[in-house]
Amino acid sequence: MSTVVSAAVVLLLLWLAVWTVVARDAFLAVAGFVVYGLLLALVWVRLAGIDVALTEAAIGGGLTGALLLGAVGRLRGTEAATATEGASAGARAGAAVLAVAVTAALMLGVLVLPEPVPTLAPLVVPAMPATGVGNPITGVLLAFRALDTLLEATVLVIALIGVWSFAPDRAWGGRPGPRYQTDPDGVLAWLARVLPPIGVVIGIYVFWAGADHPGGKFQAATILAAMWMLVQMAGLSDAPRTSHRGLRAGIVAGPLVFIAVGVLGLWAAGSFLAYPPGLAKPLIVVIEVALLPTLVLVLALLMNGPPRRGGPA
Amino acid sequence: MAPGELLTGTEGGALLAAAVLLPFVGMLAGLLLGGRWLPRVAFVLMPLGLGVALAIASARADADGPLVYLLGGWSPPLGIALRADGAAVAMLLAVAGVVCGIGAFARGDFGLAPGAGESRGAFAYWLLLLAVWGALNLVFVSGDLFTLYVALELLTFAGVPLVCLAGSGETLRAALRYILFALCGSVLYLLGAVLLYGGYGTLDMPLLAGALQPEPIAYAALALMTAGLFAKTALFPLHLWLPPAHGGAPAAASAVLSALVIKGSWFLVLRLWLDVMPGVANAAAAQLPAALGAAAIVTGSVVALRQQRLKLLVAYSTVAQIGYLFLLFPLAFDAAGDMTLREVATSAGVLQAIAHATAKAGMFMAAGLVYAALGHDRIDDLAGAAKALPVAVAAFLVGGLALMGAVPSGAYLAKKLLLGSAATSGQWWWTWVLQGGAAFTAGYVVLVALRVFRRPPAPLADLKPVSALSQWAALGLAVASLLLSLAAVWGPLPPDLLAKAFSLEELAMLPVLFGAGALLVAALARSPLTGSSGGAARPGFAGLGTAFEAGDRLVRQWAPAMLALLLVAGTCGWLLARG
Repeated sequence: MSTVVSAAVVLLLLWLAVWTVVARDAFLAVAGFVVYGLLLALVWVRLAGIDVALTEAAIGGGLTGALLLGAVGRLRGTEAATATEGASAGARAGAAVLAVAVTAALMLGVLVLPEPVPTLAPLVVPAMPATGVGNPITGVLLAFRALDTLLEATVLVIALIGVWSFAPDRAWGGRPGPRYQTDPDGVLAWLARVLPPIGVVIGIYVFWAGADHPGGKFQAATILAAMWMLVQMAGLSDAPRTSHRGLRAGIVAGPLVFIAVGVLGLWAAGSFLAYPPGLAKPLIVVIEVALLPTLVLVLALLMNGPPRRGGPA
Repeated sequence: MAPGELLTGTEGGALLAAAVLLPFVGMLAGLLLGGRWLPRVAFVLMPLGLGVALAIASARADADGPLVYLLGGWSPPLGIALRADGAAVAMLLAVAGVVCGIGAFARGDFGLAPGAGESRGAFAYWLLLLAVWGALNLVFVSGDLFTLYVALELLTFAGVPLVCLAGSGETLRAALRYILFALCGSVLYLLGAVLLYGGYGTLDMPLLAGALQPEPIAYAALALMTAGLFAKTALFPLHLWLPPAHGGAPAAASAVLSALVIKGSWFLVLRLWLDVMPGVANAAAAQLPAALGAAAIVTGSVVALRQQRLKLLVAYSTVAQIGYLFLLFPLAFDAAGDMTLREVATSAGVLQAIAHATAKAGMFMAAGLVYAALGHDRIDDLAGAAKALPVAVAAFLVGGLALMGAVPSGAYLAKKLLLGSAATSGQWWWTWVLQGGAAFTAGYVVLVALRVFRRPPAPLADLKPVSALSQWAALGLAVASLLLSLAAVWGPLPPDLLAKAFSLEELAMLPVLFGAGALLVAALARSPLTGSSGGAARPGFAGLGTAFEAGDRLVRQWAPAMLALLLVAGTCGWLLARG
């Protein structure tokens, strides 16, 4: 039975992938991509990768989908003009043949992998007690490979600097995105009042559960950022000024606290990013709590785009 | 390296973590403080970072082998180790020096006037300069293939916005081109890293070097990663993004992009081929990077000679110089096809990379100053520039002289080392490419020199003042490139390499190169060597030049470039598998 379900999911996934590629309308292609991401999350659940599934659903499907929808909205005006610039049938056929060849090469690559696939999982298990957390993913992300996590958070901040740098000079320091105006008694405003309390509780639960169970700050941050965006889009609150000192403090809090805890490790445990014995769990919680505002703010501000109204105060 | 050695760090290892994180701390602090603090934070960080790089060099000189640092005390394969060998230390030092030089230059463009508020350009420039610095330091010292992927992402995301600081539609298009193609490269690199982890269960470079077997999975991984990194380095024919990006950015940003950013992915190719996969790579496959490099030298140089704007000339000369950086790969192999000349090839590559970083930063800065002062950078109308901007023009010419390998520049020593390896290994064909590349470089020095020293038809009016500090920063970097081999033999390389440098035979090389360069310019340049402009009748050669331009335009379109990317990966894999 489960084989039948798996096969059905895989076929559906392939069909969605092809559909996303061949869709002529950008909005439909993005819609296909979002559904594809959610279905892919289901595949990860079946492969027992619950953490990956949550991340794929939140980041791959949700956040990326929302960013792409924003892009589609901005491209609306030029979409019809670019549609006429499409490639010739020959070029399309060539691209299809090439894509199939690359896929075949990748499948071959997977097939030549040794069986069983070598893994570091047996090394992770005995090392987990030293980290004080129960979820091995959290152990990898915040102990064994903490540097990667620190730098990934930094990449997000750099991406935000890059997005902000697209602002017009006169709007520098101003607010990003449009000022949304909606009917204060409409459905959106109603949802924006009802959903956030629930969403915030779920987000904080996913965040807290991440220490010992699947979940964590990235998935939680996506949920919280979505709630903030909902409130903004319903016109209940405005995006903050990008020159706001408090906003910037929230953006840099995560990486700076992470580095500070790392330096504490250098002083108290003999190595940068090491945790003093017995303090691993509390310090990991400190890092995660500091990373949460960074991730929520950066993800939401990436959605908002560059500052474009209300220049220098 | 035996696995046992991996379990401990070495004295001074924590400095490696400091080298990586200090620039990022500066970036975060600058973002928080904003406004007038942006340049201040950068100027505090520059001496600090240079100090850390010097401390690492001193620690490395006292140690027997590479410096190693185990982050969090976790040893690979579970944890991540930072490592610095001689090549990494040299690159750390060079990047710190070049960042300081570029920073001094950029004060003229992005320093904030008293009383002025935070500006978009200054905000993005100073924060991203620090981000590029941290990312490059991570590329040099990371010992883990996934951390290196993160480093490449940091580098790309920090580099792309620098392209479109000016904010015009044209530069935005250039930036978009850059990020899309660079991300294709990232995906190929990541795919290779995933295959390696799937096949060998570790991402640590020394552990992988010990475990790798010459088998399909390793061939596939090396081919994919190599092609991806070529795309990020803009090695011909994968350079579609470079000329508009480097030619359109403000000079202070072009210097960062051309001198520094592309060195990150290049250094990673060097690491993969010579340190991680010496057991997988072979002499036949190593001909591929050098063959593409030779094509880059010829095409990039010919198209450079046909440019009408100084900044685009410098951008296309970067395309050619990138080719030069890849000539070392076949020359790491001896006549029997074993990788015995690895040390020499690494030294030559690092020397050439540093020589290019210093000289090219100076040349882009000089081109930017000329543009700022004259209000244009049309090569045909540069008459009188030498008199108006003597220091900036000197920086351009000294930089060019250094790149063509005048004694005692870093490029001279790099070329000498590679010529020696070519002779030892019997690969005489690379001798021609090495000398020919130098002649092309001499070509654009001659081209510009003939214009800037000419007397203008009317005295130059409306000259805008440019910062003296900026001019001297450009000249300082160019001179550093010209004196680099003195520093190299004072440092790690044997002094007898320079024993014959000032002999008549070596010094006579320079006029020969200039002569060859002048001939190339006379044959290929758009307007005649002497005289102001107008079409001289040189139909045969002009046709050749136009043909190269057409070829360059063709491969700089999306479909040919993507095909070339796949073709490079496929050819590389096939050559590796064939042995």
